Amino acid sequence: MDWGSILSNTAAYLISPETIAYALAALGLAVHFGYTGLLNFGQAGFMAIGAYGYAISILSFDLPWWVGIIIGMAASVVFAFILGIPTLRLRADYLAIVTIASAEIVRLLFTTQAFDEYTNSADGLGNYHAGFRAANPFTFEGNVGFGPWVYNANGWWVRVFGIALVIVAALIVWLLMRSPWGRVIKGVREDEDAVRALGKNVFAYKMQALVIGGIFGALGGVVLALPSAVVPSVYVTSLTFYLYTILLLGGAATVFGPLIGAVIYWVIMAFLSNVLPALVQIGALPFMTTTQSQVLRFILVGVALMLIVIFRPQGIFGNKKELTFVK
Amino acid sequence: MEVARRTSQRRSTLLVSLFTAIFALTTFGAMSSATADEINVEGNDYYFAGNVKYNSEPLEGVLIKISGNGYNAEVKTGEDGKWKIGVPEKETYDVTLDETTLPKGVIVVEGEATREAEFGLTNNASVNFFLGEGVRVTVSVWDQLVERLFNGLNFGLMLALAAIGASLVFGTTGLSNFAHAEMVTFGAIMALVFSVFLSWPLFLAIPVAVILSAGFGYLLDAGLWRPLRRRGTGIVQLMIVSIGLSLALRYVFQYFIGGGTYQLPGSSSDSLTLFGSVKLTATDIVSMVVSIVVLLAVAWWLLRTRIGKATRAISDNSSLASASGIDVDRVVRIVWILGAALAGLSGILWAYFRPGIKWDMGASILLLIFAAITLGGLGTAFGALVGSLIVGLLVEVSTLWIPSDLKYVGALVVLVLVLLVRPQGILGRRERIG
Repeated sequence: MDWGSILSNTAAYLISPETIAYALAALGLAVHFGYTGLLNFGQAGFMAIGAYGYAISILSFDLPWWVGIIIGMAASVVFAFILGIPTLRLRADYLAIVTIASAEIVRLLFTTQAFDEYTNSADGLGNYHAGFRAANPFTFEGNVGFGPWVYNANGWWVRVFGIALVIVAALIVWLLMRSPWGRVIKGVREDEDAVRALGKNVFAYKMQALVIGGIFGALGGVVLALPSAVVPSVYVTSLTFYLYTILLLGGAATVFGPLIGAVIYWVIMAFLSNVLPALVQIGALPFMTTTQSQVLRFILVGVALMLIVIFRPQGIFGNKKELTFVK
Repeated sequence: MEVARRTSQRRSTLLVSLFTAIFALTTFGAMSSATADEINVEGNDYYFAGNVKYNSEPLEGVLIKISGNGYNAEVKTGEDGKWKIGVPEKETYDVTLDETTLPKGVIVVEGEATREAEFGLTNNASVNFFLGEGVRVTVSVWDQLVERLFNGLNFGLMLALAAIGASLVFGTTGLSNFAHAEMVTFGAIMALVFSVFLSWPLFLAIPVAVILSAGFGYLLDAGLWRPLRRRGTGIVQLMIVSIGLSLALRYVFQYFIGGGTYQLPGSSSDSLTLFGSVKLTATDIVSMVVSIVVLLAVAWWLLRTRIGKATRAISDNSSLASASGIDVDRVVRIVWILGAALAGLSGILWAYFRPGIKWDMGASILLLIFAAITLGGLGTAFGALVGSLIVGLLVEVSTLWIPSDLKYVGALVVLVLVLLVRPQGILGRRERIG
């Protein structure tokens, strides 16, 4: 077993675009679920809208890359309104069902043959990188870096841009949640009727939270699309569930929880995807094949999600006093 | 699924297309350009080519047309059935096989007679049409509608089996069980294990699979849900636990059966013509009869037996039911067993309807189950039945107007719209939505 390459492959996921994208989307989910108590099961839909909004505006409408990002964000705002208007007045589980259904509608619309001209249906989109790469401030040739983190100029640009987005997003969430607005939002989570009795428009607050979290979700989708391609099969319902695992692992009502959760999730997944096949090959796991060892990782994700929710619902960083689950 | 597609999967045509495909693959590489009938190949950088064969015999004189990007060309196949058309640009073109030039009784069986063709990395691409026995019938809209209605009814009944269990669980415990999809898959996989892997006869394998599903439901309740209820875990927490369970179970299935699709025995039975051009297979009819009988039995159980009445009482008001001497825990356990058995049965029927058994087959209808429950009214058993039938019919009939890869979208959009107008669902009561 080559521990060197296993550990280096694992360490690469500390700052991989996937980690950054999941961290952003999970942060959005923290605004929805952790702080406001909205059961949004459609974060994958927000991510898909961000990714496709970015790619389609560049490929089909020849817009600059930064306009593409803004369009992705704007589209997610529209999506949040479409989701929120019918359901935010209803009980929590209605929102859950409508968001999960809408995310699936969005995915099917992006995957269908009917809009092949724009979405390239099941094959996904690629080759929209020219604008983003032209804006790259790094000009060095070849691969630069140290240890397991050696990338070319484009690789570093994606990572630095993504990490900058994460820092800005985390700062925004932190500032929002210590503002009066944040206190109302948390009040909505704890007792909607009490907040309403104080004369606050609960519906408007919930809608604002849904929009803000949705924008972070869309940005997550953009970052996921930045390095290579938009792959439609990524944005399935399971993606939302992985984000919940990340969020609950770190702590739902925290700023750093989703970020650390994303790092832990991807590092463990990368470690297992490297170490399990190696163990199979040296015969340490005689009862499984290498394919099965890859499936085993996702079984563990499911089990981990159950165990976290049952035994440590506040997550690693959460405060038990802050009720993160609506009764 | 469309009936047209299903009938085209009859064995004879399948073999023909298989042969055509193999032929296309093996002969294409060695194809010499001299014998194929060509047009505009010289002077153009890119070309499409193909090979028209039926029962491994080449067909001569079949007209192939190409159009797109302001360019048109047509050519007839040569003695060896081959054709080649040059095109000026590396773009997507429409290639049409003129079916009137085919021999009598031969049609394009897979896909349309016109298809979009595009280039890959190379400067040429092959376009092959799969021919088979058949009659060019233009099915009238009325016949299509009747056909889809039958299919929709079949699908809706099957969905109802799964949805009633999920709805009863929601009614009695308040849990939106995401792992219900995996209970559907479990039934199908157990049927697969006994009927295919262990070669038991179907009439034995299916009941055993349903009984094991029931046992699975009991295990889940006794091992997971009851302890959690005792701890007083919140409803949202339980919902997320069910998501974790759903993920874990789904991948456990994939761990054991892999990513492929398996067929149950008897899934390719011949279709019988009912009237007009409406065709149903024997499995369709059996599946519908089984669903109706089981659903009637469940309805009788809910309305006439003590436990059934207790179930409805708990759905209405759990604490009141408990105060009037109903053993809530026992009823909930029975509901889990019944729900799991119904889900398992629906999984087996779904395996015949799709057709095929796959590790994530249940997950693909989970949202339709939820849509059905919400449409009918959360927590009401008969609402789930009504909702399922509406969803089933909607999914199948909507394919008359919208592309079939969007057929689930129609049902999901209606779900969202219904929540706008009548959030309590069709049979729900207004007070439930709080």
